Amino acid sequence: MKNDSVSLTINGKLVQAPAGQTLLLAAKENGIDIPTLCHHPELKPEGRCRLCVVEIGTAPRTRLVNSCTYPVEPGLAVETASAKVLAARRMVLELLLAQAPAAELIRQMAAEMGIRETRFQVGLPNQRCILCAQCVRTCREVVGVSALSLAFRTPGKLVTTPFMEESAACIGCGSCVFICPTNTIEYTEKDGVRTVWGREFELQPCRVCGNYIAPKAQLEHWARLTGDPVESFFVCRDCR
Amino acid sequence: MSKIEFPLVTRHLGAIDPESLTAYAAVGGYDSLKRALTEMTPEAVLEAVDQSGLRGRGGGGFPTGRKWRFCREAPGEAKFVVCNGSEGDPGAFLDRAVMEGDPHAIVEGMAIGAYAIGAGRGFIYVGHEYPLAAARLRQAIAQAKEQGFLGEKILGTAFSFDIQVRRGAGAYVCGEETALLNFIQGNIGEPRNRPPYPPQQGLWGQPTIINNVETWANVPVIIARGAPWFAAIGTEHSKGTKVFSLAGTVKQPGLVEVPMGTPLRQIIYDLGGGLKKDRAFKAVITSGPGGGVLPKQFLDIPVEFESFQEAGGNLGSGSMVVMDESCCMVDVARYFLKFSFDESCGKCTPCREGTKQLLEILTQITQGHGAEEHLTLMEELCATMASASLCGLGQSAVNPVLTTLKYFREEYEAHVREKRCPARVCRPLLKYTIDPETCTGCLVCLRECQVGAITGEFEEPQEIDQELCVKCGMCHAVCKFDAVKVES
Amino acid sequence: MTSQEILEAIMSRYAGVAADLIPVLQDIQEEFNYLPQDELKIVAGWLQVPLSQVYNVATFYKGFSLEPRGVHHVQVCQGTTCHLHGSSRLQEGVIRRLGIEPGETTGDGQFSLERVKCVGKCGAAPVLAVDQDYFGEVGVDTLTKILKPYRKPK
Repeated sequence: MKNDSVSLTINGKLVQAPAGQTLLLAAKENGIDIPTLCHHPELKPEGRCRLCVVEIGTAPRTRLVNSCTYPVEPGLAVETASAKVLAARRMVLELLLAQAPAAELIRQMAAEMGIRETRFQVGLPNQRCILCAQCVRTCREVVGVSALSLAFRTPGKLVTTPFMEESAACIGCGSCVFICPTNTIEYTEKDGVRTVWGREFELQPCRVCGNYIAPKAQLEHWARLTGDPVESFFVCRDCR
Repeated sequence: MSKIEFPLVTRHLGAIDPESLTAYAAVGGYDSLKRALTEMTPEAVLEAVDQSGLRGRGGGGFPTGRKWRFCREAPGEAKFVVCNGSEGDPGAFLDRAVMEGDPHAIVEGMAIGAYAIGAGRGFIYVGHEYPLAAARLRQAIAQAKEQGFLGEKILGTAFSFDIQVRRGAGAYVCGEETALLNFIQGNIGEPRNRPPYPPQQGLWGQPTIINNVETWANVPVIIARGAPWFAAIGTEHSKGTKVFSLAGTVKQPGLVEVPMGTPLRQIIYDLGGGLKKDRAFKAVITSGPGGGVLPKQFLDIPVEFESFQEAGGNLGSGSMVVMDESCCMVDVARYFLKFSFDESCGKCTPCREGTKQLLEILTQITQGHGAEEHLTLMEELCATMASASLCGLGQSAVNPVLTTLKYFREEYEAHVREKRCPARVCRPLLKYTIDPETCTGCLVCLRECQVGAITGEFEEPQEIDQELCVKCGMCHAVCKFDAVKVES
Repeated sequence: MTSQEILEAIMSRYAGVAADLIPVLQDIQEEFNYLPQDELKIVAGWLQVPLSQVYNVATFYKGFSLEPRGVHHVQVCQGTTCHLHGSSRLQEGVIRRLGIEPGETTGDGQFSLERVKCVGKCGAAPVLAVDQDYFGEVGVDTLTKILKPYRKPK
């Protein structure tokens, strides 16, 4: 059996989708956008934020599922913006507004759904983290060093380095900073030193032009992966 | 001790030595396994469990035979059977009793199930709080291996099967089947998104069935007595018996086992001896933090899956906590939300932030800072948590709130509008005074008071300064003469 | 036995695969009365599990503590029946008398306190346990007497 194609209905429209595709992608490929927060095309979906929920089934036996992980099924009826879906999305955003009051993205998304403020008790005023774990997943799946993880449970769950100390596994690449949708992770660069997650990384300048390439620790990591001598990474892309 | 009406799952408790395989065998133990392996095909075993009508006893009520069939038919080289002995509900102690008192029944049940679906390995997850249960199960497994009921080529057949016990590390969420699987794999107990479901992809991606302790303990009986015998017990849709751990304010707390369909009233009043001090029944909560309260208008409903669901409750795992007029329903809702909040894994927004906010609101209400809008806000939040949470913990954490709001709204309103706790439980809403007639002046309360609100001479009646009193209620707790009066 | 010998004895009981992580941590918790950082780093390397994963597991489960537990472990049952019989005030009484919150250890290392769910003795609610000793129908007024024999001798 090759190239299984599945027929299903999304918002009343009959569509075809390859077997195994998620509802999120099937919708997107048919011009229907579903909002997401923890989803990223390069990372395995985890279904944490619950913003992408859609309603499946036929009344009265319908239920909400997260479209980022739910696979297409033959004959499935999907509604991406029903009353139940919208109510859930609004509530998720209202909860996140309380959790991360300083997260600009959440403010924007909430405003788009008509929510200007939250009725819930607001947490720390400078909190931005929405626990989407994209940073953790990037460090694990893309960079491959797993310097970060989640820790604890609901009371106090957070993203951290082990023991909340400097991580020996971190290579200072800053991928986590880049991927974070709410600009939560702090990082500074000054005088040839990058500081991220409380650890200072010496930046390696290019042998030829002198511009900074990346932290030395990151280049050493690449050298370990490829087996090439680390010095071969001390020339920047432009100068090769 | 309450009476056991129909000892099926509980038949061996207190009757045989749980540390002796010989004792178990003497009452027919392992005869069902022998029968299954030597006289029945795996399909026939599956058929028997199917026909019996057995449904999961952990709370889900999913037809056991159907789950086994899904697993049997799923492609995979190394299938697993798992026993969920987490019993995370803070009011339940029935699974513990079976694990400690009849461990061989679980071992035998799992071996029969493994044969039916083609599994070679099994795991028993035992709640962290139950070291004796873990020890007894390990012992039973070792004994079974010694006697050839586990291990390679069991009883001279081609079937090989072994079981490992895994003690929990303290997480209620690991009672959720996919979180349990993640625990066994060495990860944190965050549940998985489904599909795929465990019978298709479970432990390490292999087809896996997870069943509750009580479910497994039923299996040898079904093989021994036959499916028709089992299906004759209970009601049309809920076959067999159900074990409950009856507690709360009943005279005779303890284990009860009744045929499905037995009226709730019979369990509480006949088997449980009625309420302590013959107080009036107020409500019963089954299934703990994921259950709902059932007030007195439901006393005559039969215990079975459907009737409880219709009433808004949850038959659940089997804890049954009876409450009388001295219990405050708002306090009870807050107690269960505190539990769900502490135990929530934190993976998904609705549960993580939802339990936090529900707890916050309920705390405000019990401290006298509740507002009318809080009640509707909670209902709205509960609707999203119930529909959009990733797993059963978040989905059912709302049940205590929704059912207490539905059936005891006037109690919430008293807390919110009048800042009064009718049951005199919520301490910030109470007024503590000392009765000068009864007080002996022993000064124990004065010493206990941390804010210096109590004054008086030794052997003279004491007095509480209401301005300083923070209403911690500790003076009331330490007074041996019942001289501290409480009103709301 | 030195810490190293204890750890090696634990490690010798396992195959050394990632799925052994939690049983290994449980053995370490049992032997050391907590999870020391150094031992966790060794385990991460041996099982080839990222240290961040080990830390996540160590902080997720309440059975583990990253700080040493006390000589005596006090548990106040927070089961539903005990709650209905006043366990929250009982816990308040314990907190005051020991000077610590649940999850903490006293400064002299003598006591640690934990909330625990139903221990199955609902007929004797509210229930308190100190190590393997169980006390039923405990009142705040009897707490001082119950705790006395476990206190550090002066």
